[in-house]
Amino acid sequence: MKLLSLLLLFPLFPVLAQPTPKDVEQVMQRDFHARGQAGMDRVVQDGLQRVCTEAHDQPPAELAKRLEADQMKTIAFPQGSLIGDWKSGERIAQNGRGMQWTDAPGAANGGSCYNCHQLSPKEISFGTIGPSLAGFGAKRGSGPDAQRYVYGKIYNAKAYNACSQMPRLGYSGTLTAQQIKDLVALLLDPGSPVNQ
Amino acid sequence: MNRAFAGVLLSLAFCASAAAQDVKKEIERYREMVSEGSPAELFELEGETLWKKAQGPQQVSLEKCDLGLGPGILKGAYAALPRYFKDADRVMDLETRLLHCMMTLQGRSREEATRRVFGNADRPSEMESLSAYVAAQSRGMKMVPGESHPKERAAYELGRALYFRRAGSWDFACTSCHGEEGKRIRLQELPMLIKPENARSVVASWPAYRISTSGFITMQWRMNNCYQQMRMPEPAFGSDATVALIHFITVTGKGEVYRGPGNKR
Repeated sequence: MKLLSLLLLFPLFPVLAQPTPKDVEQVMQRDFHARGQAGMDRVVQDGLQRVCTEAHDQPPAELAKRLEADQMKTIAFPQGSLIGDWKSGERIAQNGRGMQWTDAPGAANGGSCYNCHQLSPKEISFGTIGPSLAGFGAKRGSGPDAQRYVYGKIYNAKAYNACSQMPRLGYSGTLTAQQIKDLVALLLDPGSPVNQ
Repeated sequence: MNRAFAGVLLSLAFCASAAAQDVKKEIERYREMVSEGSPAELFELEGETLWKKAQGPQQVSLEKCDLGLGPGILKGAYAALPRYFKDADRVMDLETRLLHCMMTLQGRSREEATRRVFGNADRPSEMESLSAYVAAQSRGMKMVPGESHPKERAAYELGRALYFRRAGSWDFACTSCHGEEGKRIRLQELPMLIKPENARSVVASWPAYRISTSGFITMQWRMNNCYQQMRMPEPAFGSDATVALIHFITVTGKGEVYRGPGNKR
């Protein structure tokens, strides 16, 4: 009896103190304010963000598959070759600006790629949150399938891994189709420093 | 301290023309000196002046400000923050409490007192200097934030929930960068703050002087700047959301002896 009441009561305290997702959103609606281009709409989660938050980025496999299929539908693949200009791609990969309240709304955004990935081996200041992409094209080739995969992954990384930490750079309106093609070139073009 | 600092800089400049070996030795000496003395001390001195300066419509100083241990008691006050304050009926971190004292004791408006809370290399803010002054007086003391009041427990849980909450244009949560051990953005190492071993050294060393920007950085600034980089709207200074995150991180990293304010990269 004593044991039973302990079992019943003990876990209740931490559970009671935990705010619901709705509570947390209300706190943010009250405590945050729009600044520059960062409007309050960004506080509201979409379905994918909600699931990933609640699952601490590890949703059940079935649910992850459904989310990925939904995200795949958001990708608009351009016709023809997806390989742009790797030199422009390198500049986009280096540029960490864009979408912040301090960034001018009309200006071209960067992709922040080097923040998390190694790309050109010449750049020694690279992050490690994402995998190294050095030699990516040299290993995978630059055919239509590789182009489509890289374009899609940059456009909406969540179509391939539901709770990936990588931003949905095309879907979010951060990068244009041409910018993504330039990044595809940076990764796949045999002349790109990434593949040297 | 600043004389020693300037001296090292001078000898560094002198050594630029000397042999490379000597330069290397001088850099090692510079690093050693920097770890001993920090420009943070200048902020502490400025903070003391501001603490004792009569300001606001009431024209009084902050010397009667109660940071949790009683009016005017500074020794060990920072090490016991964030905590619940009965007079405000909420949990407050250092900066939020300082703002509270500016408003209640000095009679200043929130708008006026928060107009410029984050400074720059040319002009530090009042809040930064005051933070340095108060934090320095917990040096050598164990970090023990409040955890017993229901509102303290609620702040911890809210902070934890915010830490994992993904939102915004880039779907970021705190965990996007601070969710795994041993990761970097560019060359900057990122502490995984949900792990006590990683949170402790952070809690024991903030606020701090940042060498790369020649300014003094506080935890409220850290929260603000992280949300900017997360592509989110701006959290209000001293809001429950920012205090909850700071409280969550401090509780996770509690127990280490405070050694700040010192230098960061």
